[in-house]
Amino acid sequence: MKIPNSCRDISGLLLAREDRSLSFGERLAVRVHILTCRACQRFERQTLVLRGALRAWREHQDHDDPEPPR
Amino acid sequence: MMNTAPQTHIDMQELARRIDALRPTLLRLAQLQLRNQAWAEDAVSETVLAVLQGAQRFNGASQLKTWIVGILKHKVLDQLRQHMREPVAAGANDAGEEEDLDALLYRSDGHFRDMPEHWADPCSELQRDQFFAVLEACLEHLPNRQGRVFLMREWLEIDSRVICQELDIAPTNLWIQLHRARLRLRECLQANWFGAPPR
Repeated sequence: MKIPNSCRDISGLLLAREDRSLSFGERLAVRVHILTCRACQRFERQTLVLRGALRAWREHQDHDDPEPPR
Repeated sequence: MMNTAPQTHIDMQELARRIDALRPTLLRLAQLQLRNQAWAEDAVSETVLAVLQGAQRFNGASQLKTWIVGILKHKVLDQLRQHMREPVAAGANDAGEEEDLDALLYRSDGHFRDMPEHWADPCSELQRDQFFAVLEACLEHLPNRQGRVFLMREWLEIDSRVICQELDIAPTNLWIQLHRARLRLRECLQANWFGAPPR
């Protein structure tokens, strides 16, 4: 199996992580690559910001109760 | 205990007023997930009916909106089950479009074309509503198939394996759709929020 090591591979795994659990090998590949790659560090941060933003949006839709309506 | 538990009496007139006020929100959410006006209207009608029929079961412990949106999510999922299980021919231009997306982001050697930018938390109190408007516009712009599975993950919060079962699709197919949706959403937010001129 090809070891994922390009930014394309690693950022793909960072996205996949939102929807499935990564294998041990995948997690290791991500950790090792990210140690030295500033671009993927930024990309990872973006995925975390987006994760938080989507959670906030979901909670806003589900719970916020603007009452009384204008 | 059961007999002496305080009964929550819901004023049906008040309930009808609250439902009316919520209806645009319900329709917007259903439409975002279902991407079909008729299905969305059906889901909302069924939700309203279920709310009125079940009003006595509402225990007042949760917010009314939380309760109603919870019911809407079930009704929306019913619609997805009814309509989405038929095989969808892979769009002929689907693959080509995605190659473009890929080429926009990465060089042929697999490096990023442009350094990903620093994203600041968009959910500060001051900007939150504006950000949510942009986010929803970006979600709306996802291609229908991608948008549906993406919102099943992120709004309905369904586990990926269960989505595959519900829609009768292979996991690899789902991963691809979700991957594309996430890349597109990222591009859209970069262009229209994080990289946009200060508001």
